[in-house]
Amino acid sequence: MHEYSLVEALIRRVEEEARSRRAVAIHGLKVSLGELAGVDPELFQTAFETFRQGTLCERTALEVVHYPARWVCPRCGKTFARGDILRCEPCGAPAQLTPQSDALLLDAIDMEIP
Amino acid sequence: MCTTCGCGDPELVPVELHEKILAGNDRIAAHNREHFREAGVLALNIMGSPGSGKTALLEASARVLGGVRLGAVSADLATDNDAQRLSRAGIPSKAITTGQACHLDAELVHRSLHDFPWRELDVFFIENVGNLVCPAIYDLGQEANVVALSVTEGEDKPLKYPVMFQKADLVLVTKVDLVPHLDFDLPRLEDNLRRVMPDPKVLRVSARTGEGMQAWKAWLEARRAPVVAGRSKEARPHEHAHAHPHEHTHEHAHAHGATTHSHPHAHQHAHAHEHHGAEERHQHGGGDHGHEGSGHDHEH
Repeated sequence: MHEYSLVEALIRRVEEEARSRRAVAIHGLKVSLGELAGVDPELFQTAFETFRQGTLCERTALEVVHYPARWVCPRCGKTFARGDILRCEPCGAPAQLTPQSDALLLDAIDMEIP
Repeated sequence: MCTTCGCGDPELVPVELHEKILAGNDRIAAHNREHFREAGVLALNIMGSPGSGKTALLEASARVLGGVRLGAVSADLATDNDAQRLSRAGIPSKAITTGQACHLDAELVHRSLHDFPWRELDVFFIENVGNLVCPAIYDLGQEANVVALSVTEGEDKPLKYPVMFQKADLVLVTKVDLVPHLDFDLPRLEDNLRRVMPDPKVLRVSARTGEGMQAWKAWLEARRAPVVAGRSKEARPHEHAHAHPHEHTHEHAHAHGATTHSHPHAHQHAHAHEHHGAEERHQHGGGDHGHEGSGHDHEH
């Protein structure tokens, strides 16, 4: 259960950004979560709701954008279905993961600045 | 204050960051990595389920790696049993008691180095918490990820825990001496690995019989060579003041900006991926400050 430490890092970072901009409230957060980021989206939401008590994010809406894992051949662009052998036989190339497949990103913060 | 029309409503400002949530961890990991490299130490993150044979593998390594200076930190929620076992096997070791944390992070590793003679080592094993989930996403500053998977766990584990295996530079199939007693299909395990890893490197080992230990030794030596060769090219060792107190309350997730590393010289975080040799993987835009191009030691 590492979702709590991730959320803690997230909120700490958001508060730091808010302080530096003298924000009085955080209205929304947008997070990218790739399928291979090793994070359970529901646990992440639960951890966020638990952890935000008493922080600047107490009433913040968390938007999580999910990205499915996608493997492609770097040479011919062929995509692989889930459960396929991750090697393109015609090209003799190992498959590559697309950038968002394992994303774990804080994308944006909506802040109220007086 | 809305200054557009003077209505007095507060202004909502969208701040775009596109920053890794683990950027704080990754910065500390990069720092650890730089230290390991400048000292010519091969640091390995050893992961696997509880009971997969991580500690026994390291004990057996001490028997076959005569002349190689080994050391370890061993993470456990509650005990220092593993560190004691390793010390008895001739591997100077230190326990990292993580309390409730199910994984090591770069800060815990960093702190463990302070009173441990890691610079005198050739190979530094970081034995992670027994867990096939959480440890995979935390970069510690290692040169490579090694995942131990015992034959008693079943052939389907790679499919169930794809994140862990996808990040592995080497999979050690442990306890292979037990195969005759089990309904375990080694070829099927290796086929499963090919469905979660594009270019799997797999070795079959038994700590008990010594099977496969020479191949493991050869792999270690091959991974050590560039680290040792790079040592002469690395920046000179530097000292820095750690402003963080060293009380070991392992509360985890410390992206503490309180560590003041004053470096008198610019470093190149040539920032490794644990993926040497593999073709360069993707980089996320928005990478993580100061380590451009590290975009991804990825936790991948």
